[in-house]
Amino acid sequence: MPSADTIFSGGTLRSMRRLGKRYPSAVVAAIVLFSMVTAGAASLPYSVRWFNVQDLGAGIRHAPSITPAVPEEPYLPDRSDLEATELGALGGAAYRLTSLLGHDDLGRSLLYRLLPGFLVSLGIGLGAAVMAIIIGVLWGAVAGLIGGRLDSLMMRVVDVLYGLPYILMVILLKIALTRPLTSLLGDRTRYAEVLILFIAIGGVSWLTMARVVRGQVLALRNRAFVEASRLCGAGTWHILRRHIFPNLAGPVIVYGLLVIPQAILQESFLSFLGIGVPQPIPSLGRLAADGVEAVNAFVGFWWLLVFPCATLVVTLLALNIIGDALRDAMDPKSRAASLLA
Amino acid sequence: MIAVILRRLMLGVVTIACVYTLTFLMVITIPGNPLRQSDRNLPPEAEQALRVRYNMDNNWLYFRQFIVGAVHGDFGPTFTYADWTCSQIIADALPVSVVLGFLAVLFAVVVGVPLGVISAVKRGGALDLASLSLVLTCMSLPTFVTGSGLLIVFGVYLQWAPVGGWGTVAHLPLPALTLSLPFIAYIARLTRAGMLDVLGSDFIRTALAKGVSRQSAVWNHALRVAFLPVLSYLGPAMAQAMTGSFVVEKVFGVPGLGQHFVNAALNLDAGLILACVLVYSTILVAFNLVVDVLYGWLDPRIAGAV
Repeated sequence: MPSADTIFSGGTLRSMRRLGKRYPSAVVAAIVLFSMVTAGAASLPYSVRWFNVQDLGAGIRHAPSITPAVPEEPYLPDRSDLEATELGALGGAAYRLTSLLGHDDLGRSLLYRLLPGFLVSLGIGLGAAVMAIIIGVLWGAVAGLIGGRLDSLMMRVVDVLYGLPYILMVILLKIALTRPLTSLLGDRTRYAEVLILFIAIGGVSWLTMARVVRGQVLALRNRAFVEASRLCGAGTWHILRRHIFPNLAGPVIVYGLLVIPQAILQESFLSFLGIGVPQPIPSLGRLAADGVEAVNAFVGFWWLLVFPCATLVVTLLALNIIGDALRDAMDPKSRAASLLA
Repeated sequence: MIAVILRRLMLGVVTIACVYTLTFLMVITIPGNPLRQSDRNLPPEAEQALRVRYNMDNNWLYFRQFIVGAVHGDFGPTFTYADWTCSQIIADALPVSVVLGFLAVLFAVVVGVPLGVISAVKRGGALDLASLSLVLTCMSLPTFVTGSGLLIVFGVYLQWAPVGGWGTVAHLPLPALTLSLPFIAYIARLTRAGMLDVLGSDFIRTALAKGVSRQSAVWNHALRVAFLPVLSYLGPAMAQAMTGSFVVEKVFGVPGLGQHFVNAALNLDAGLILACVLVYSTILVAFNLVVDVLYGWLDPRIAGAV
């Protein structure tokens, strides 16, 4: 059985190929995720135009169908303009898909809400992960490297923050950040709220990262190459930058990757409570929450629940599978030989 | 052992004090004045009277008064509910959440541990794959989706359980099951990882060589060690299940504590926020203490070293 060292030896491409051989499910997950991102990005010119186009007539809660339910005018307000551009040629094809996944209670096309909603959710997840990585790595690295009094103080702070109820803190952070950020961004408040959302989620997700990083740094700082560097007179910051951070990359990427699905899930809870992304911006959580409401009112509107939930589950599954595979590959202990296996 | 418990208890009290101070600082620094939220124009005298009643004039006095009151079981007034005090709200909702959370965690252990053991023993086989996909699905589904799904299937179509509400035993299973799903996933993963570590170790080989049956080696010898990480997760899990059930409460109409965590924060209801945070951290500290004691009992090596 190959150990972590043999998996990650050689060039990036070779180790990736070896990883793929070991974890075929992760490869499938990566391909699925990549094609979803591609679909979301490719449809962006149309979904930005159409995600909030309402039709309270024929389109209202129209079931999924291959042909568009709605007359063209509301969807292509400036058709001639569209056709004049290069996008116009594909615009017609994109328009014919509007009813593929049905319409919601305002007659908006679910497909063109789902595609950007996926990107918004993924963006919030990525943003929260970056936040968690920045705070967690700095906190954990400083605590682990300096050690002593400061280390135990900083870790006590992490312990105390663990003792705070998560959701309450997210909401309080969100409220606290809303006023300064909206005054900063002026009339782009809606987008500011998305920003606030991932800062708030990221601001409470860095604790585990800090612990992992500190443990890693404690293990690293007594290694010979760090001591050699210190003997040569290198300062703390130099050691951090040149010796510690590069060696942290593996575990940080793995745990950062696992923050993404958590953050997406958190956002969906907040959206369910009505404090997630602001209307009319779609996100997977918001769409699923809207779907739950629609189905609770009348079970017939199944598509409003099924498609957002399926997308959410596939996204989270893919992220979890990739994160799991990477963690497994990084951690030689998890592959200890078993007598009973 | 008693000295260890006492030390842990003191550490817990310090933690609660820190959590309280931190939350207090957050609550008083976050902008927003509940007295100014409504459209009514309060006469200055009335506003002054309200400010005194809700301790908004002197933060330091409020800080001391609240914690002294809390020790005596009195969390003071709330901004949001006119005829209620925080203590009444907590006393009303806490038993509901404790029952629900306890059931959920119990269920999660009963299902998650065997799931993890089986998938570790049958590692790489079909059963492992099945349990892994079950676990990942549990992790990937938001509770409001699973809850609504269960409600529609068992409440609306099959009519095996009431659609919502609280009060009888029949109201329990669906919300408890919904609440337990993420915990099942986490516990199964912890157990699997722990079992994989333990199954390769020498004492299992020795036990097998001595003629202990495979069954017994797995369930008695290995699980006893592999259960330890699960045990230390149970403390935070209990605290979370007993207080973080807001989504389940909303879906099933359960009058629990979770909704107050969310609403108190949304309304910036200082008294209720502080009360909720204190209740949460007390539960957390208490369960962590219980877990530590059980840990020492399961693993005598660390009894003195906690």
